This record gives sequence, structure tokens and C-alpha cells, in this order.
Amino acid sequence: MASGVVVRRNQYYDSVFLMGVSKRISDIQGVQQNAVLMGSESNKELLASLGLRDTQIDAAQPNDLLVAVIGDAQAIVSDVLGRLDEFLAGGVQPSATSNPHTLEDGLEQRPDANLAVISVPGEFAAREARKALEAGLNVLLFSDHVSIEDELALKQSATEKNLLVMGPGCGTALINGVGLAFANVVRKGSIGVVAAAGTGLQEFTSQIHNAGLGISNAIGTGGNDPSDLIGGLTTFSALAALEQDPQTKIIAVISKPPGAKMVQKLIERFRTCKKPVVGCFLGTAAASPATSEGFHRAATIDDAVNLAIDLSGSKVGSIEMPSEIQDWVTREKTGWAPEQKYLRGLFAGGTFCYQSQQILQSSGLPVYSNAPLDKNFQLADPNRSRGHTLIDMGTDEYTVGRPHPMIDATLRKQRILAESNDPQVAVVLLDLILGYNASMDPVGELMDALAAARQNAKKRGGRLTIVASVCGTDSDPQDLGLQVKLLRQAGVYVFQTNAQAASFCAALLN
Amino acid sequence: MSSSTNELLQKPIVVINLGLKSFADSLKEQQVEVVQVDWVPPAGGDQEVIDLLDQLL
Repeated sequence: MASGVVVRRNQYYDSVFLMGVSKRISDIQGVQQNAVLMGSESNKELLASLGLRDTQIDAAQPNDLLVAVIGDAQAIVSDVLGRLDEFLAGGVQPSATSNPHTLEDGLEQRPDANLAVISVPGEFAAREARKALEAGLNVLLFSDHVSIEDELALKQSATEKNLLVMGPGCGTALINGVGLAFANVVRKGSIGVVAAAGTGLQEFTSQIHNAGLGISNAIGTGGNDPSDLIGGLTTFSALAALEQDPQTKIIAVISKPPGAKMVQKLIERFRTCKKPVVGCFLGTAAASPATSEGFHRAATIDDAVNLAIDLSGSKVGSIEMPSEIQDWVTREKTGWAPEQKYLRGLFAGGTFCYQSQQILQSSGLPVYSNAPLDKNFQLADPNRSRGHTLIDMGTDEYTVGRPHPMIDATLRKQRILAESNDPQVAVVLLDLILGYNASMDPVGELMDALAAARQNAKKRGGRLTIVASVCGTDSDPQDLGLQVKLLRQAGVYVFQTNAQAASFCAALLN
Repeated sequence: MSSSTNELLQKPIVVINLGLKSFADSLKEQQVEVVQVDWVPPAGGDQEVIDLLDQLL
């Protein structure tokens, strides 16, 4: 084994571009691992964890390009590093036009701008967001790794200025019919959304579209917003804006469980809202029908969709489980070997991992996770499953310096194969997410791994049951129908929503 | 250049995109007015220099 590193001073590229370069290098025979990163502290730590550390890496700055290659032989490493320009040029060419390099220069071109979308590295993101607010812009802050203190200061400033800060860590929003970042293509309509759960927003808006209705605005807040510390500053601003928005007739609020103080404040706000509110606090116990609470409480995203459909007065159908469920359960269980008893869920969407835990645990199944509902079920090592395990593959341990699983399936494929080598695994649960900026063929990327995983179980005399949900609409850039068809051809049980897929798993395992 | 939240939800959006170019591309696909800022870390990414610059400005 051999390794080598090249540092290029003052050569800055964005992370999506660099991931593309890394993928091309990884396709070269004899390359075991590679990293193509900017020289931030977190990236330097990542290289150190790969055993790569030297003085030139230590000296690198955030705008220096770092390329590290570990290969079977020195000749391979030298060849790749020697051809670096070729790999860099093979991607989307860095813009040859004279795009501006700062927010201020951008604003000179469009002084009428009303929104800044910020996806710069986390350590610089709060500064850019602050400048945007000072210039009178609303902000979608996609970047994460922004401190909670910075988040609070930004949101307090935005509230004073009557502006919105969506994020940090806001992966998706639909503003006046426009999909931002990882959004699905959804028709316009009368249902407004506030969501502190990114893939929750995607699932809700996609299902509303698929039911034949539409979305006025869907505002992401970032996952910390409903915490007691942030106090829902963006959530309350968004609620007020939707309350006044003439397009919005119904408001849905989707969140992981808010802080204890926040729950009460939110419910009070829902009660005084002039428009009907559907509140979905994932992970909290399903409560009584909420008319007594002054709002419409939903336990799952599917419930929230169905309540919104009911409130709209529309005659479109609600989300319902397929009627053949029991036949499918019987068919699958008869194929399992005696030792097969566990579920392994591998998710690209954090909300889907969370909601699946909620559904499985409320059916009586203990579920371990790297992002557990209950700390007692925290996995000691996220790479080693235990009993029923659900893994959020969008967390830092899988995404620092690597593409998110919504963009690239490499790590999820490896994990599917690893799980299929465990003879106790009976069911694999997946989510596939379509929309702008996501992989153009998320199912195609997984097909080989799914076939190999099923073959592994078959060789042992068993059967691997694969269950998936596809979050998307028929208007997304990917072909929803084709993605579903490919999964079904591969013997996968495909559900319209994550809640249905998780409920099917609960039926299989109870 | 000033805008309020209500205007954001009701008027066509005009975006300054700092960072990932793919986000600007998907906005252009939707016929949204967008300026792509090819952002680079200020002051070579040196946080101390950035803090000093911010104090000066």
C-alpha cells in the first residue's frame, strides 16, 4: 500500500465539485481510498483519521485544495496525483465567466434580490448570513456546523428586521412555487408548511402533490429551531407569514419533538391562528383527536397529509395502506431461515429514520440507532448494527468530506452488503429521495447491491425482504414511475410513504 | 433591496446563491432570477484576519 498528498494553494472549489472529482479518482483501478477536500480543520482531521498527516497538510488553509490518494502501489498514487488537472477538468468546469465572488458584488448585479441561499463551509456561513440580513435579504442557510449562539443571533436579527432565516442546516424549501436546494417539483396550491424536518417537508409536499393538491409555501426552519434555546424564532415568523399569505388556506407544522416549553408555546399559537393548523410533532405519542386542543394533531407525516386533505374539503383520496399487506407478510416470512429475525434500516433522510423508529417502537419493537429517539438505544458504534437497527446515513459520521446519501449511494451500498452478511437479518428498509439536486438515478445506483444482498441470504437458505419508500412526485427530474418499477422488478416491496414502509416492517416483525 | 417575509412569499424570488453552483442551476431550470456567487473564503480563510477585517469595516 502507498499514499501521497498534493496541496494546491489558493485553489478553491465547492464541495459538490470536489466530490465529483473524488468519485472519478475512486474509479481508477488500484486506488483504495482518496480524499479531495479544501483545507479546513475538520477536513484535516478527516485526513488524519485516514492516517494522512504531514506538515504540508497541517499548514493548509481553507482555500487550499488537498488531494490524498491511498493505492495498491506507489506508481498508481503517483500516476493519479500527476494527472490531477485531468481529474479536475473532467468535472463541471469551474465557471469561466466572471461570476461575482462576494455577496456584495452579487448584490450589485441584482439590487432587487430578496433571498440569499448560502451553502459555504460552516465556519464562514454565519458571517455571510449576517451580511445578507444586513442587506435586507431573507436567508436560506443550507450550511450546517453553525454554532447555536450564531443561529440565535442571526434569528434574533432577522426577527427584528421582519426577515426569515431558514436554517442552518435547512436542506429544502418551496417558496412561491420555487423549489430551493433539495426540493421536489410540487404544484402550487393552498396548503402552507413550516418544517423543522427537511425530508419531512419533502414527504409532506410530495404527498400533497401526488394527492392532486398543491403547496403555497413550504418553509424550512432548520432542526434546532423548535429547541427551547432558539425558541422557534423562525417557526413563529413563518407561521405569521403564512397566516397573512392570501394563497395559504391551511397550515401544516412538521417537526421532531420540540422543547418542552416550545410545545406549549406552539400549541397556544396554533389556537390563536386564524387558519386551521395541522401539527405533527414526530416522536410524541399519538394524542386524542385534537379538536379539544384547538388544532389538528398528527402522529405521522401521513396523518398530517390526510388531515390537510380533509381540511381542504377536496374529494381527493387520502393515503391508505395497500390491502394486500397480510398476504405479503405471510409470503415473506415463510421464506425466512429460522435465525432471520432482525430489521436493518438504512436511510438517506433523517426524518425518515426518526419516523420509522417512532412507528416500530410504538408497535413494541426495540430499535437501536446512531440517531435514536431514546438515548438508551444509542449504538456504541454506528457501523455495527445490533438487534433491530435504523441508521441515519446523513449524519456527520457518514457525510464529512463525503457526498450525502441523497447524492451518492456508495456508502449505503456497502452497508446493504454488510447487513446481508449477517444471517440474523430478515428485512432491509430503505428510503429513496427524488427531487432537485438529488441523485438522478437513486434506485439504479443501488440495484447491484440489492441483487447481491438477496443472493447472500439465498445462499444461506433464507430470503432477504427488502422494503422501500420513494419520496418524490411525477414532476421531479427523475422518473418516479421508472424508479418504482425498477425496485418492484428487483423484488422490493415499494410503498408510497416512509410511514407505510415502516408499518409494513412492523407487521413483518411482530 | 429591502424585503420582508411577506413579500418573499408573494412576489417572484430573486436569489443570490453563495456556494454550490448546482443550487443556482436548479433555480435557473425553474426560470428563477439568480446570481451565482463563486464564493471563496475571505482573507484566505484566516479567521483572525477575517475578524480584524470585520472590526475595521
